[in-house]
Amino acid sequence: MSSKSNPTAQELVQNEYRAGFVTDIESDTIPPGLSESVVRQISNIKAEPEWLTEWRVDAYNRWCSMHEPRWAHVKFPPIDYQAISYFSAPKGDKPKSLDEVDPELLRTYEKLGIPLHEQKVLAGVEEDPSIAPVAVDAVFDSVSITTTFRETLKEHGVVFCSFSEAVQSHPDLVRKYLGSVVPKSDNFYAALNSAVFSDGTFVYVPEGVRCPMELLTYFRINAQNTGQFERTLIIADKGSYVSYLEGCTAPMRDENQLHAAVVELVALDDAHIKYSTVQNWYPGDENGAGGIYNFVTKRGTCRGRRSHISWTQVETGSAITWKYPSVILRGDESKGEFYSVALTNNRQQADTGTKMTHIGKNTTSTIVSKGISAGQSSNAYRGLVRMNPGARESRNHTQCDSLLIGSKCAAHTFPYIESRRKDAIVEHEATTTKVSDDQLFLCQQRGISPEKAVSMIVNGFCREVFRELPMEFAVEASKLLEVSLEGAVG
Amino acid sequence: MSLLEVSNLFVSVDNRDILKGVDLEVNAGEVHAIMGPNGSGKSTLANALAGRQGYSIESGCIRLDSVDVTSLEPEERSHRGLFMAFQYPVEIPGVTNIEFLKTAVESHRAAHGCNEISAVEFMRNLRSLTARLELNPDFLKRGVNESFSGGEKKRNEILQMLCLHPRIALLDETDSGLDIDALQVVARGINEFRSPANAIVLVTHYQRLLNYIAPDYVHVMMDGRVIKSGDASLALALEERGYGWLEES
Ligand SMILES: Nc1ncnc2c1ncn2[C@@H]1O[C@H](COP(=O)(O)OP(=O)(O)OP(=O)(O)O)[C@@H](O)[C@H]1O
Ligand SMILES: [Mg+2]
Repeated sequence: MSSKSNPTAQELVQNEYRAGFVTDIESDTIPPGLSESVVRQISNIKAEPEWLTEWRVDAYNRWCSMHEPRWAHVKFPPIDYQAISYFSAPKGDKPKSLDEVDPELLRTYEKLGIPLHEQKVLAGVEEDPSIAPVAVDAVFDSVSITTTFRETLKEHGVVFCSFSEAVQSHPDLVRKYLGSVVPKSDNFYAALNSAVFSDGTFVYVPEGVRCPMELLTYFRINAQNTGQFERTLIIADKGSYVSYLEGCTAPMRDENQLHAAVVELVALDDAHIKYSTVQNWYPGDENGAGGIYNFVTKRGTCRGRRSHISWTQVETGSAITWKYPSVILRGDESKGEFYSVALTNNRQQADTGTKMTHIGKNTTSTIVSKGISAGQSSNAYRGLVRMNPGARESRNHTQCDSLLIGSKCAAHTFPYIESRRKDAIVEHEATTTKVSDDQLFLCQQRGISPEKAVSMIVNGFCREVFRELPMEFAVEASKLLEVSLEGAVG
Repeated sequence: MSLLEVSNLFVSVDNRDILKGVDLEVNAGEVHAIMGPNGSGKSTLANALAGRQGYSIESGCIRLDSVDVTSLEPEERSHRGLFMAFQYPVEIPGVTNIEFLKTAVESHRAAHGCNEISAVEFMRNLRSLTARLELNPDFLKRGVNESFSGGEKKRNEILQMLCLHPRIALLDETDSGLDIDALQVVARGINEFRSPANAIVLVTHYQRLLNYIAPDYVHVMMDGRVIKSGDASLALALEERGYGWLEES
């Protein structure tokens, strides 16, 4: 007797994580534990000005009296904040040029396909002269290793450097804007980040400048039992434009690791910030062991007239994702956008979405969320659209689609609308579909392998969002989904 | 030469025996019609031949071009030239017809060691096929079968067949749900496809399709077996007398 054992849709989505290797390098690490003295120690290592040290200590004190939010649709055992180390950096001084960077680190980025040499573009994209190079800030554990294309950017007046450097070189800008979008005590994780943030990226684009290339920060968590708490601040002055990309990976480890970042965007009159993320933190194994807890606060303020902020995210990694890139539409006629693909597999949990707060007149926001759940994962969209009393004739359109692969996963949608205006237009559409075995069989009958079929279906589902990504990232995102969905057949 | 050879095939679905010893031999250049009452196992046969999951082959054997394919994956059978048009085509929203057809054609080419076809050539070919089937070119940009009418879905099955030019095409009730004009268009498509190198197995309930596509053989299935085979005149007899007289004999 022979029985066909074609893979079911479910069996096709076994995750193989390709960025899971560990870099063997010596690090300076502050021992686990958190106290005011650890906060001061971090500030001291970074030779920070006193106002910043006190800012951190204040955040720490506020954090001590706060509690972890419990409203998200995710489950995890309590985190022992005293068991985490809050600072880890490769030994030695910060390298001044690429030649001084530890070859082991260079190999790490090479393996990950991130170009630290200026002539190269992102791996996976053929050397095409029509594609502009990408400037990279490489953050390894708690510190920035190197930032490329600084000279070219400087010619245009664009500042692109690690956060620590910006504290020294542009203290006024940092002081003016740090915490101006995400206040220190905004939420539990933001307060924690404000106390212990290590490094991250700072971008300033001067008035009227169109940033000549994409800016990329690549975050890599390597050290064990270490949290990553980076801080990103992007300021686009009047009439400027910048496209910023963020990528991230981590080794496969058995225990969970905490990543609690804060990102603040400020767009002044007529400025446009396009922020794209491809998040591929280690998701844990198929039984749910290990993986990153990705608890991130991202928010942008459209501070001027016709300011424009768009978030595009492709979230495939992390054991738990808890993030809501948001836009505060303060300036009249300003515009906020959120395009999201969140894929969860195995035991991954994602509770993600956005918050659009309309304050100015004639403000508009667009939300497109695509959730893909496979395995026993849980994927929730949570979105808030708020129309304040002054937001005359403002509008929002929300499109929220879920795709289920297999029968043990779950998708949830929690749309909240708070409107204080009668003339506001708020539209919400939602759909849920399932990749069926019938669809897979149709593809197979036409000669398409099941793996290819699933990735074709998923790519089709995500098209609207991928269209928003810069070309280099669209290629990477599409490949990443393919890898995440690739699997043991049969 | 025999393109398809089914011998003594027993198939169960959900532990229920459905096919109880089917024999069928189809040679290049032939058209076979399979008829039979509802639930007699026609679609089960087509699905089992295509290798669908859940259709357990308890015994017997399926050969394509003299090669035993009984344990091959559906896509491998497809690469070897077996095509099945579905009685109930499913929708794949979000994946455009073009993308789907291109992926299918490339999968076939890759399986045969051929290079990718140029997008221009592919589209030229596709447009001419769409025109032949009197399909609106906009269909190509829509999701696979997404909100197509019943008849449009069936025509789309034939479009897929013409793109992949299989050696043996199993068409499961491709005529049901077609209006009179569409039936003619589909029949014309099938007749143009018909050649001495390939073969067609038509599953149908009605003589009207066979008026356009003359079968060389007609088989009647009942309760999981082929109980009678004959030439085109058998279909006419069934049209007139139904299935009852066969049961009695
Ligand atoms: N998944 C299943 N589980 C149990 N029985 C099934 C299943 N699929 C098919 N059957 C049964 O197998 C028998 C044959 O079904 P099949 O679809 O092959 O018939 P058919 O000849 O194509 O009928 P029709 O002319 O109505 O299309 C039917 O009795 C049907 O109920
Ligand atoms: Mg049938």
